Amino acid sequence: MSSSTDWPLWEVFVRSRRGLSHTHAGSLHAPDAEMALRNARDLYTRRSEGVSVWVVPSTEITASSPDEKDAFFEPAGDKPYRHPTFYEIPDGVKHL
Amino acid sequence: MVAVTAGRTAQGVADAAEAGSEREAAAFDAAVAADERIEPRDWMPDAYRATLVRQMAQHAHSEIIGMQPEANWISRAPSLRRKAILMAKVQDEAGHGLYLYSAAETLGTSREELLDKLHAGRQRYSSIFNYPTLTWADVGAIGWLVDGAAITNQVPLCRCSYGPYARAMVRICKEESFHQRQGFELLLALSRGTPAQHAMAQDAVDRWWWPSLMMFGPPDDASSHSAQSMAWKIKRHSNDELRRRFVDICVPQAQALGLTLPDPDIRWNEEIGQHDYGEIDWTEFQEVLKGNGPCNDQRLAQRRTAHEEGAWVRDAAAVYADKQRARADGSGAEGTTTDAEATAHPVEATA
Repeated sequence: MSSSTDWPLWEVFVRSRRGLSHTHAGSLHAPDAEMALRNARDLYTRRSEGVSVWVVPSTEITASSPDEKDAFFEPAGDKPYRHPTFYEIPDGVKHL
Repeated sequence: MVAVTAGRTAQGVADAAEAGSEREAAAFDAAVAADERIEPRDWMPDAYRATLVRQMAQHAHSEIIGMQPEANWISRAPSLRRKAILMAKVQDEAGHGLYLYSAAETLGTSREELLDKLHAGRQRYSSIFNYPTLTWADVGAIGWLVDGAAITNQVPLCRCSYGPYARAMVRICKEESFHQRQGFELLLALSRGTPAQHAMAQDAVDRWWWPSLMMFGPPDDASSHSAQSMAWKIKRHSNDELRRRFVDICVPQAQALGLTLPDPDIRWNEEIGQHDYGEIDWTEFQEVLKGNGPCNDQRLAQRRTAHEEGAWVRDAAAVYADKQRARADGSGAEGTTTDAEATAHPVEATA
């Protein structure tokens, strides 16, 4: 039987209270989505840390590679004009 | 790739890899120096990875083996209140084990491999759990002293250079505080109770004090992993530093409990502004590490039994999950082998 191999890995996202987005809490092993949800509740919300939980198979997550992070995020690097602090406004001008 | 150029190309690849890894090593060193966190997919030295796996595995194993000495008293807790608290605490320990196993798995090791190594005695757990819980007061002494020592050790680990380990420790430390306080409160109730209850509390503290001090590991001059771990910022303080900090914390707490610590050499040292304490019996520590503690065999045997006796649950859950998947795929007919099953059990699929 399959007990000799690990169950699939799931990533757990918890919404701590209404109005906030789900945040990555950690991961766990479970045979299916329903068990993953129940395990996530027992593991990550024992002290009422959540009002909603998502579980996602870890294999379904596509991530950027740390090796190419400089090149990947480079386009934003030379555009300081995207930040409000880039602009010089005379003293005394309000609501800007 | 054409055969003729293969040799040169391979050499070229090797050169590029070497230059690449030098650049990566520099990036790793810079991140550690700048107190940034190393994340799972970053390049890291093999020895850093191996050290983390060893330490996190030992830590995870300690959490789940640590469930045993306390679970020993769940059915005999003196009140429903104490029973509910103890169950919650033991459940927390299981949770802590799971956080740490997950964190260790980000380093490319599997859960199964970690458990196999624990069951085969090839990875350790904290030697403290090889001592027996003889009386109800031991539950209090474990909470106060063992969890207290663990917290002293673990708070600096929240700033460990490896991100997933540090994050797991933040979660664990938040929860440990309840563990320590319930132990203190339990001991206080006994200490203020009948003379027999007071004596029981004192006896538990007498037995758990020295093993708790040993939890900080060998003295600095005999600790084989310490220097490198501190350079990598896995560890932030030396074993002796943390041990003395723990003594400082415990002395006034013992007074508040109305109990004495079993060390006549504990006294305030004006010069360093900390307490001095007596000589630790490191022979006992080594013996317990070697497997000759009072409960080494029992703890490991019980862990193996629990794992084996839980096999049917894991099997049933796996079969159920397969069946649900098969139904969802629409191919629902009994006996149909899904792709997933065919990959997982090639022998069965072709038999």
